Amino acid sequence: MSKQISKEEKLEELHPMDKWLRSERMPHIWCPGCGIGPTLYAWARALDRVGIDKDKVVYVSGIGCSGRGSGYLNVDGFHTTHGRAIPFAIGIKLAKPELCVNVISGDGDLFSIGGNHFIHACRRNDDLLVICINNFIYGMTGGQLAPTTPRGQYATTAPYGNIEHPFNTPHVADASGAVYVARWTSIHVRRLEKSIAEALTMKGFRYIEVLSPCPVNYGRRNKLPEPDDIAEWFRQSSVVRNGADTSEVQIEKDKPLILGNFVKRVEKLTYYEGLKKLEERVRGAR
Amino acid sequence: MGKTVLTGKHFWYGNIAIAEGAIAAGCRFFAGYPITPASEIAEHISRRFPQIGGIFVQFEDELASMAAILGASWTGVKSMTSTSGPGFSLMQENIGLGAMMEVPTVIVNTQRGGPSTGLPTLTGQGDVMQAKWGSHGQYEIIALSPDSPQEAFDLTIRCFNLAEKYRVPVILLASETIAHSAGKVVVPPEDEIELVYRKKPKVPPEEYLPYRPDEDLVPPMACAGEGYTITTTGLTHNEKGYPDTTAEAQEKLARRLNDKIRKHRKDIVDVKEENMEDAKIAVVSYGQVSRPAKRAVKMAREEGIKAGSIKLITIWPFAEHVIHKWAKQVEYFIVPELNYGQIYLEVKREADGNAQTILIPRMGGTLFTPREIYQEIKKVNKK
Ligand SMILES: Cc1ncc(C[n+]2csc(CCOP(=O)(O)OP(=O)(O)O)c2C)c(N)n1
Ligand code: SF4
Repeated sequence: MSKQISKEEKLEELHPMDKWLRSERMPHIWCPGCGIGPTLYAWARALDRVGIDKDKVVYVSGIGCSGRGSGYLNVDGFHTTHGRAIPFAIGIKLAKPELCVNVISGDGDLFSIGGNHFIHACRRNDDLLVICINNFIYGMTGGQLAPTTPRGQYATTAPYGNIEHPFNTPHVADASGAVYVARWTSIHVRRLEKSIAEALTMKGFRYIEVLSPCPVNYGRRNKLPEPDDIAEWFRQSSVVRNGADTSEVQIEKDKPLILGNFVKRVEKLTYYEGLKKLEERVRGAR
Repeated sequence: MGKTVLTGKHFWYGNIAIAEGAIAAGCRFFAGYPITPASEIAEHISRRFPQIGGIFVQFEDELASMAAILGASWTGVKSMTSTSGPGFSLMQENIGLGAMMEVPTVIVNTQRGGPSTGLPTLTGQGDVMQAKWGSHGQYEIIALSPDSPQEAFDLTIRCFNLAEKYRVPVILLASETIAHSAGKVVVPPEDEIELVYRKKPKVPPEEYLPYRPDEDLVPPMACAGEGYTITTTGLTHNEKGYPDTTAEAQEKLARRLNDKIRKHRKDIVDVKEENMEDAKIAVVSYGQVSRPAKRAVKMAREEGIKAGSIKLITIWPFAEHVIHKWAKQVEYFIVPELNYGQIYLEVKREADGNAQTILIPRMGGTLFTPREIYQEIKKVNKK
């Protein structure tokens, strides 16, 4: 005899990630083959793995396809302006230090229009986890050149091939003083999850770059048109080199993609810690 | 702990009065970037906050400062930034985000002469329209303008109260003249300072819709980390805070964002009228210009001229009803401004042909003397 299932019981049998998703907002806007979803999946699993109280998790994003994630996850979500996710997040974190504040946004958002905030937040050591979903292109606006587009690759505003020198973002983070720097891809979900979990247990400015397929706006223009072509490129070209010198991990066309957990610094005061020490000193002197 | 409210009589520069007004209003998060003539506000707060437990950050620019005060306010902490012309221009995009997300926060603009780098160390009133229209799209904002260090202190507190009440960024339109002139400031006892706090949700998280307004058109505000799992965006959104980029959602949201201010115009607008009972000529002024304007009216009265003064304390929303009312009695409105006619156009529009409106423009740099305004009153009186 088959068991009668009540309506409530049925509702409990949802996707394992349901706790983290605003299911009523599905379907999402992302294209098939896009790497944003798997990246967020790894992030949510890492939060579970570390056991962070969902009510204390804050997700701040800027503008772009990657920026839309903050409205799909079932945590306090702030979809801000293009480039300003980091300072917005700093405001939240400093004003309520017990929160676990995460910035997840695109490469254009974090390194072009928001680049200045990125390097200064590294320098000050603001206590944030920043994940850059790097798809080498401006996805949302239709495939224009990004500060991460490899030389010689095509974009709607680089129809003859990119003549610029792209950022090596882990090196930017490292040189600017981030305490944790890693790079994975959205197909290395498990290693990415582990790396995020490790970063979540640290304090200070932690940076993870996630290489992510944009089949629609990057792949199509760069001879990788099928939904899994870029994933296949990642699979074939990735070389894991933990602890690699970040100056040597620049992404170049037809060269290996160096992945790994590159930098871990533990002895650096965060801005907040510095401020608290200063407060003690000022009050003691009175 | 240091004293938060410095009750007593002081001799303060306007910028110090603004900083102390913010502290007295409960501001505990300040983000800013140095710029003349606003820097003393940040400097004073950087000295005071460690004594009283506030968060001060000198950011890399005004874009970051503006974004950070929005973020901080989303935790329930009262936040502020201060700047001048060029920095105010950089803040505009996120002022719009503040209006859209309905974030209580305060922006001080100590105006200097513009456009561009203009007159860094000299006064102006050129940012009045920018305060209202500076960010793109149709929105309403609140702006107040002080005429003295005392008013700078008092109005800074009122800015915070209005921001909390209406969930909107509020602008204190000060100026170099106010920032850098010293005067007596009386700080009342702490328990006599009326403070307003944003409405919190009265329903449990399952029933809470972050953008469902109460009857006053203002939605109660749950903050980050309170278990309400809020989501908010600069995109047009529905009552759940979810993006809804349809014409219907836009109509509903943008209309409410404007109406929540417009429909409370009488609560927000504050003006000071003097000698208006029988006035035939009214000098309409605001900020530092109110001081020579009042003096000029007094000089005219001594000559038997029926002149009066309307000082606008609230600049935005505009005191439409006040101008409407007096337009039926007076023959002339005279508007002296340190620009080429900004509030003048508002006055003229609201006078609606019932009275003539005359502009006394000055591009900034120096203040009018009372005599300059008085002479205009006399000229008009002879007509
Ligand atoms: C101030 C401003 N300039 C331009 C835009 C238009 N815009 C929206 S998203 C975007 C680029 C996003 O690229 P990226 O950050 O790489 O995110 P992706 O869409 O690729 O995930 C741009 C230029 C904007 N929203 N705001
Ligand atoms: S355009 Fe690219 S980045 Fe945007 S959703 Fe589609 S695949 Fe993803």
